[in-house]
Amino acid sequence: MRQKKSTEVTVGLFVLLGMGALFFLAMKVSNLSAFNDEQGYRVTAEFENIGGLKARSPVTLAGVRIGRVERIELDPETYNANVVLNLYASFDTLPTDTAASIYTAGLLGEQYIGLEAGAEEEFLKDGDVIELTQPALVLEQVIGQFLFSKAEGDE
Amino acid sequence: MPLIEIRDLHFYRGDRAIFKGVDLDIYRGKVTAIMGPSGTGKTTLLKLIGGQLVPDQGTIMVDGQDVHRLPHAQLYELRKRMGMLFQSGALLTDISVFDNVAFPLREHTNLPESMIRDLVSMKLQAVGLRNAKELMPAELSGGMARRVALARAVALDPMMIMYDEPFTGQDPISMGTLVNLIKRINQSMGLTSIVVSHDLEETMAIADEIYLLSGGKVIERGTPDTLQDSSSEWVKQFVEGLPDGPVPFHFPGMSFEDDLLNRKAVK
Amino acid sequence: MGTIQRLGQWAIGTSERLGRGYLFLMAILAGIPGSLFRFSLVIQQIYSVGVLSVLLILISGLFVGMVLGLQGYNTLVDFGAEESLGVMVSLSLVRELGPVVSALLFAGRAGSALTAEIGLMKSTEQLSGMEMMAVDPIRRVITPRFLAGFISLPFLAAIFSAVGILGGYLVGYGLLGVDDGAFWTQMQTKTDWYDDILNGVIKSIVFGFVVTWIALFEGHDAIPTSEGVGRATTRTVVHSAFAILGLDFVLTALMFGDV
Repeated sequence: MRQKKSTEVTVGLFVLLGMGALFFLAMKVSNLSAFNDEQGYRVTAEFENIGGLKARSPVTLAGVRIGRVERIELDPETYNANVVLNLYASFDTLPTDTAASIYTAGLLGEQYIGLEAGAEEEFLKDGDVIELTQPALVLEQVIGQFLFSKAEGDE
Repeated sequence: MPLIEIRDLHFYRGDRAIFKGVDLDIYRGKVTAIMGPSGTGKTTLLKLIGGQLVPDQGTIMVDGQDVHRLPHAQLYELRKRMGMLFQSGALLTDISVFDNVAFPLREHTNLPESMIRDLVSMKLQAVGLRNAKELMPAELSGGMARRVALARAVALDPMMIMYDEPFTGQDPISMGTLVNLIKRINQSMGLTSIVVSHDLEETMAIADEIYLLSGGKVIERGTPDTLQDSSSEWVKQFVEGLPDGPVPFHFPGMSFEDDLLNRKAVK
Repeated sequence: MGTIQRLGQWAIGTSERLGRGYLFLMAILAGIPGSLFRFSLVIQQIYSVGVLSVLLILISGLFVGMVLGLQGYNTLVDFGAEESLGVMVSLSLVRELGPVVSALLFAGRAGSALTAEIGLMKSTEQLSGMEMMAVDPIRRVITPRFLAGFISLPFLAAIFSAVGILGGYLVGYGLLGVDDGAFWTQMQTKTDWYDDILNGVIKSIVFGFVVTWIALFEGHDAIPTSEGVGRATTRTVVHSAFAILGLDFVLTALMFGDV
């Protein structure tokens, strides 16, 4: 069979183009470039209420993304949520009294965990637990509290 | 022992009986012709011999093997020893003449390209088209396409060749060439040829033995000479090309008078 | 009773075709080891099926992306959310439009060409001829084309999505003034490699399998006349469209049903 060289070359180019498109989609379009998990270290934080937090939600410090939520489990004894955070290995100077709170991005946006650095001299390592946590704001509770305090204030 | 033995062959297509008990012998080294009016299933017979179709009853033995009992691999081995020339040539249209003839060689042997080149040239030389090897099938005339197909059919030096209506629709020159080729190739390569045709003159010129089929049965068998002298009505009509006889001119049904009268009655 | 009779006949005929189609698929798959051995045949087919479709995919992808940019902007601007245009364009393309539209275009261009080619080979007795030359036409002719379609479509779908996103960017940033950074960063955050892109790739792999199978079967099963081949090509396009859209629903429900 006379296989033209040009045919093989164009097929090769086609495959390259296809793979290039996939690569572009992977790197520029999706969050793949943020997957540097192998070098990350894990810490756990316990929350009373995680609100709308999901796996792969961002973890930030001063607004800068330093990791993601790896998984969320229910603790059968304390009835709280144990959230495992996967933090980038490059940010390994978080004091052990760092606080974790759940915030909402924008008014109706996604929920994420914001960390606030503490003052201790020792740093968080793989497997440590963040002690200070603040649960997500549940709108109904806030309104309820507001009404309650308003009612009290009127007396 | 005949190369091909067909015994009590029955074959139906839907409800129509194509063969109702046919016995045929094809002898080695001879050109055997199978003739008959159109639609008597001559092409079907070739497909049955080649194992592409399975008979409803009866056996076909090729070189001592029951074609339809063979497992897949053995059937394919047997086919390598059969050459077939289709009515249209059936060349692969996307490759050149050279590649077409080289096709069976490349598929079934591990011969180096240099040898293949020589073999193909030889086969094409035998059919007179060696210098056409770069052409594409679309650029060939009908007659040339058939000759290329013939070269391809003999590429693996088969033991037999089946020709499906090789003379149909050919101009006198191509016809003459083909007739000549079939006879020559049969003799020079010691092949067994089966020619299915309804072209009387040409077939009679080269056949050693002729089978005449009609109505699903063999109605006559013999050499071209014995056929000429036959007393059977069928044979006479066929050999002399009479418009009416055992094969009727009018399509069977209502008589002409009734038809006209009926129409008149309805009005 | 005529209607019921016809319905019954149709049902029997359809089951018959499905059965033949299934057996045909088994024969194709059985020919895969042999075809991989003769990979040059597959490459030749990838050329005629994949490479020659690229231009169509590029242009269609670009326009679809640009329209998405326009329409998306018009809708989002009412909610003050035009910065999410990037997300909208990328998710629409990567999850749905990329795999589905490229599969439909593929069925129309490459699928119908395959059907016509095989149907023509059947009617000129080339397939019969090959059989008589002891060459299995499935292994030599059909399976390489199957592999080619199966391999090409995911690449084509990826190209479609990529070009579409660029088209959306051109319109959004270039024409409508959406913020450059917001377009890409929001997209990157919200488009998930596994859930969105890989799922889209899986969809196009499934589509490639089914569309190529349908195209080859219709060609192989066609009545070997010019009318028969013509009808077979139409059937390829129609059946492929049904299959693509139906499978898309099923796959989407499976993949994105419980996010």
